[in-house]
Amino acid sequence: MERLLVLEDGSVYRGRSFGGDNFRIGELVFNTSMTGYQEILTDNAYCGQIVMMTYPLIGNYGINRDDYESIDPATFGLVVKDYCEQPSNWRSQESLGDFLKREDIPGIYGVDTRAITRKLRDKGNMKATLCNADADIEKVVEELKNTELMKNQVSLVSAKKVYPMPNRGKKVVVVDFGVTMSTLRDLSKCGLDMIVVGHDASVETIMSFHPDGVCLSSGPGNPCDLTSQIEVVKELMKQTVVFGIGLGYQLIALASGATVSKMGFGHHGSNIPVTEVATNKVKITHQNHGYAVDVDSLENTSLEMTYQALNDKSCEGIEHKEYPAFGIQFYPQTGDALYGKFVEMIEKGDRNNA
Amino acid sequence: MPKRTDIKKILVIGSGPIVIGQAAEFDYAGSQACQSLREEGYEVILINSNPATIMTDSTIADRVYIEPINLDFAKRVIYKERPDAILGSLGGQTGLNLVVELHEDGILDEYGVEILGTDLLAINRAEDRELFRSLMQDINEPVPESTIVHTVEEAVAFCETLGYPVVVRPAYTLGGTGGGFADDEAELRDICEAGLKASPVHQCLIEQSIAGYKEIEYEVIRDANDNAIVVCSMENVDPVGVHTGDSFVVAPVQTLTDRENAMLSSASLKIIRALKICGGCNVQLALNPDSFKYYVIEVNPRVSRSSALASKATGYPIAKISAKLAVGLTLDEILNPVTKNSYACFEPTVDYVVSKFARFPFDKFPNADRHLGTQMKATGEVMSIGRTFEESFLKAIRSLEMKVDHLYKKELTELSKEELLEKIKKCDDERIFAITQWLRNGYDLETVIDVTKIDRFFLWHIQRILDLETLMNENPKDIAVLRTLKENGFSDSYIARNWDMKEFDLYNLRKENGIIPVYKKVDTCAGEFVSATPYLYSSYDQENESEVSDRKKIIVLGSGPIRIGQGVEFDYATVHCVETLRDAGYEAIIINNNPETVSTDFSISDKLYFEPLTTEDVMHVIDLEKPLGVIVQFGGQTAINLADSLVEHGVKILGTSLHSIDLAEDRHEFEAMLHKLNIPQPQGETAVTVEESLVIANKIGYPVLVRPSYVLGGRAMEIVHNDDELRVYMATAVKEISHDAPILVDKYIVGKELEIDAIADGKNVYIPGVMEHIERAGVHSGDSISVYPTQTISQQVKDTIIDYGTRIGKGFEFVGLYNIQFIVDKEDNVYVLEVNPRSSRTVPFLSKITGVAMSYIATQAILGKSIEEQGYTPGYHPEEEGRVFVKAPVFSFAKLRSVDTVLGPEMKSTGEALGSDVNLEKAFYKALVASGVSVPTHGNVLMTIDDENKQEALELAKRFANIGYGIYATKGTADMFEAEGLYVHRASKIETEDGKNVLDIIRNGRVNFVINTMSNKKNTSADGFLIRRVSAENNISCMTSLDTANALAKVLESLSFSMVSMNEMGK
Repeated sequence: MERLLVLEDGSVYRGRSFGGDNFRIGELVFNTSMTGYQEILTDNAYCGQIVMMTYPLIGNYGINRDDYESIDPATFGLVVKDYCEQPSNWRSQESLGDFLKREDIPGIYGVDTRAITRKLRDKGNMKATLCNADADIEKVVEELKNTELMKNQVSLVSAKKVYPMPNRGKKVVVVDFGVTMSTLRDLSKCGLDMIVVGHDASVETIMSFHPDGVCLSSGPGNPCDLTSQIEVVKELMKQTVVFGIGLGYQLIALASGATVSKMGFGHHGSNIPVTEVATNKVKITHQNHGYAVDVDSLENTSLEMTYQALNDKSCEGIEHKEYPAFGIQFYPQTGDALYGKFVEMIEKGDRNNA
Repeated sequence: MPKRTDIKKILVIGSGPIVIGQAAEFDYAGSQACQSLREEGYEVILINSNPATIMTDSTIADRVYIEPINLDFAKRVIYKERPDAILGSLGGQTGLNLVVELHEDGILDEYGVEILGTDLLAINRAEDRELFRSLMQDINEPVPESTIVHTVEEAVAFCETLGYPVVVRPAYTLGGTGGGFADDEAELRDICEAGLKASPVHQCLIEQSIAGYKEIEYEVIRDANDNAIVVCSMENVDPVGVHTGDSFVVAPVQTLTDRENAMLSSASLKIIRALKICGGCNVQLALNPDSFKYYVIEVNPRVSRSSALASKATGYPIAKISAKLAVGLTLDEILNPVTKNSYACFEPTVDYVVSKFARFPFDKFPNADRHLGTQMKATGEVMSIGRTFEESFLKAIRSLEMKVDHLYKKELTELSKEELLEKIKKCDDERIFAITQWLRNGYDLETVIDVTKIDRFFLWHIQRILDLETLMNENPKDIAVLRTLKENGFSDSYIARNWDMKEFDLYNLRKENGIIPVYKKVDTCAGEFVSATPYLYSSYDQENESEVSDRKKIIVLGSGPIRIGQGVEFDYATVHCVETLRDAGYEAIIINNNPETVSTDFSISDKLYFEPLTTEDVMHVIDLEKPLGVIVQFGGQTAINLADSLVEHGVKILGTSLHSIDLAEDRHEFEAMLHKLNIPQPQGETAVTVEESLVIANKIGYPVLVRPSYVLGGRAMEIVHNDDELRVYMATAVKEISHDAPILVDKYIVGKELEIDAIADGKNVYIPGVMEHIERAGVHSGDSISVYPTQTISQQVKDTIIDYGTRIGKGFEFVGLYNIQFIVDKEDNVYVLEVNPRSSRTVPFLSKITGVAMSYIATQAILGKSIEEQGYTPGYHPEEEGRVFVKAPVFSFAKLRSVDTVLGPEMKSTGEALGSDVNLEKAFYKALVASGVSVPTHGNVLMTIDDENKQEALELAKRFANIGYGIYATKGTADMFEAEGLYVHRASKIETEDGKNVLDIIRNGRVNFVINTMSNKKNTSADGFLIRRVSAENNISCMTSLDTANALAKVLESLSFSMVSMNEMGK
């Protein structure tokens, strides 16, 4: 069946439909990873966004039970060039189309994803929606223009209840702004005994667990919208070791007086080079963010830039000079030394057992 | 880190002559590397024996030595040049091996020459199986269960415990020479014996077979600061078991989840870091299709065929960057040369699918064993790019120039189910066609998966193509269907055939309905950054990115995949043509599909279209670009063959016109033209039926030379001696005989062959040189040893050749390059054998040795600047005294089982080497050594000579005996030699099982050379064939022409002191 992708600038792309038909208005972003669509679609940092994969063949290896980044995917749509209906991989349990249908995420294939990517690259990300072939385009565009980007994504994807991820080890509270399973898995691998709390947890709630450290997770949207969380982070930094990833890192920056701005089309991909300032070594990283900490704004804060993007020179990592707090914009890979650093800081600080 | 300032002069090692497993990709890598180093201000010295390459142009390095790539000559270069450093990792296996040899010799230490890029430890750890295994164990990377053996018995003993099947991999060989799978002890013994011989260190790895695993490759690159990135992932559609050079390969990986991909790419990065390579490296891994289990199969610590493919597939120029990393620069300091606004320290991401198909030489070697295994057999490859799998896949198929335009071979439709299955099981070069036919016949898919272990993903896409075939057949001339077919890569010619239309009409039908492709950029970043580089491919998608300028532009057609008869020489001419056009202020646009070559490097042209070389694909570019015209004469027969249909579409061919091309290529017009010019040619006629050919042959008298018209590299050309042989030829070698495809029957003249390449500007002709062939007529010119200046012909003959050459150039109204083959009989009569209205195989060789930049002058002439206006005096380029140049052919017989190595009218060589020195003997010596012949000053020669040649061979034998060579001979030859007073070791017949039969003598390395001639009556003797094959497999030079042997004797004589007693002298 035919289906349309409509952008707020009025451009219309005609393709074929697959997946669900819950059409919603979201921000259209492109991701340049050649593998990993399952992880991307289920990464809650994409809440409120329609994801377009630049790699043209999507669905090749299906969907399996192990590679989710969340239980309830919050992506608003998927745009691809060509979709593989008959996946082939030993772990595959269903096709991408069946998964999207089950999760009621609408998809479109057969559109010129490269043309759209080039448009977003030049004009910045745009609001967009998928719709039926017979939709009234003018009305859709009007609606796109009149719709504000959502501000409450974090509250949609964050844990509604506190839950434990027990381990015998140092106690860490994870503040879930849209945490990925990878982050939980990797922290768990470090032997940390975790309590996961919702995004709106107060300092008191968090500290009531007597944590050795706090991990502020990644998540969707504009960190500036999270005014109360910024205050919480400010307080936490004074009391315990704080490690922020993605949105969590941006909150550390805001809590320390730096500013965050919206990027043109952001960083969404698995090939983004960042330089470790101290060693000049380059790391190739997975990223997914549309906001960046302003490098210039670090000047009058107690923050130090630890990582910087090689290509656009945006800030990718910070460390607090007075408090044991640090954060990174990218997703650390399993076994990344940054997890080790967090554990080390916890052990060194050991505030609660001192 | 900034670049090194403590080194100034760098010696770069090239890869030498082209052989299977080491081809044009190293010309691309080597020339990029040299330019990259010079860009950084280093003085570059190059040694490479291959005259056909861009790399050996004197403009590529500060000093270019076209000398044999061996210890002896490399040392001489080091003595003379005193370089500070040496870079071998861009010259393939040859380059690395030479670095090891030089190190072991001690000269590098003695002269303080530092090894750059891949250091000695890294070479040894990657190449020496034991060191490699222990390194992998140290870093916890799994390798298959295996053992190193030095004898066959050790191998057999190991397999008694491990079991079969096993794979045999000889150490330090290129393209897996001598390796293979063994299913039982007998096979193991065979393969292991050959493998031990092929390995320069007499060492083989016997390894547990992981056949059926997915074969995945990563091209990784690392700098001195330990930054390392993945440039490209590739998935071999054929599972482990088929050499990756022969496999159908796609990039990026298609069937791996992110987790599998991350697991294998991090293993690859771990390996390059452990090896501490500064530069590119190829890692091959085997992944169990049903688990996360994987093994590291192989690591190539250097640029390779795969890295050339990865460079073209992603746009990321691995060799160029590698050279910079070798001198200390780091990835984050180097700008990405494609985008020019991001850095090289970044993993390319693509938004298209790349397909690579190998080009096999089996059209020329119908008797070769077509089975694909661990020994690479392809001579070249094509790459294609598309936005869907089907588009990419079918574009690759039609790029192959194997007379296929779709996943369809008519021959296969005639096979029964059992025959098809047999073919699929056998795994030959046509397997993918057989699988498609199997599915097309409606047989079940599971059987294919079960037998081939090819991933379901790929078969599903083939099924999609088959479904579209049905759609096509059910909806003839339906526009919507046509659009769908084109979006999925179907070719015009295939659709037209099935819709009973002319291809021309289908093209127009499409155009009228707006079904035309757009062009997308290859930019390393999937559109994330603005790219400054117009490297383009077509797709039936929506947005066109090819910005058409308002400059005057010219399109140059490349020569497609490398095959026997059309090698890197044509790429050389193409590149020169493009450079000339750019110098002259034109926008030069290239269309080509070969990922290995220099011409498809995006920095060579103003615009590169990576496209199949078919009418529709070329016409699309022309329709968009609207060039002044198209140049076809540098792209070999590939481009010439397109001239006709391009003209039909109203395209202007620049340079030699279609009419002149036809004059040269159409037999009747050619004859008439020569007759008009009063230039003799061997008597001959064209036959359109078998009976007619017999009549003609009897009229002109046997022996006759027969061949189909419009041939390339003497394909299917044969000398026949009687009616019976002619009938056999017609029945076996000729697929089609008709008015459209007539057979040429010519008088076979015994004589000397000569050759010229010349340039015409429409009025005048400039002839840079006359080359003389060592082997008498009957051996294909591409397989002959060629000498410049001529050594044995009279000035009068030479004058005649120059006169004929000039008159032909003028008479045929050529504009640009052309090539003429002559034959001179015993009475000094000169005949014209053939005229090629295009650049030829010898253009780079002749350009280099005469210093006449032929393609440059020819291109200028095409642009309208006369030879005189260019400052040349029409006529013959004066020969310089004091230097002799010899070009020797190089064969890949060891890699092609069952191919008869006897030289004849059919070309068999894959490459060439140049030797030059102050006299003929020295030049010969170098050429032979450079082509891989070892020339010891004393040793033994085995002679098996037919009756007709015995008298001539006797003289030769005497000369060998005089310089102290031992003579081995088979019975008939021995009888005659002994009767003439020579001392001969008798070699017993093949059947004799005394361990001393003629084959044992070769296998045991008792002789250094084999001279085996066949009578003019075509010898089908199995003995001769076996002698030649066993020689090839044991790397012993076997000469099948007495002329070659005479040349060798001459060299040996010049190297030896003559041993003549005073008594013999009569003193």
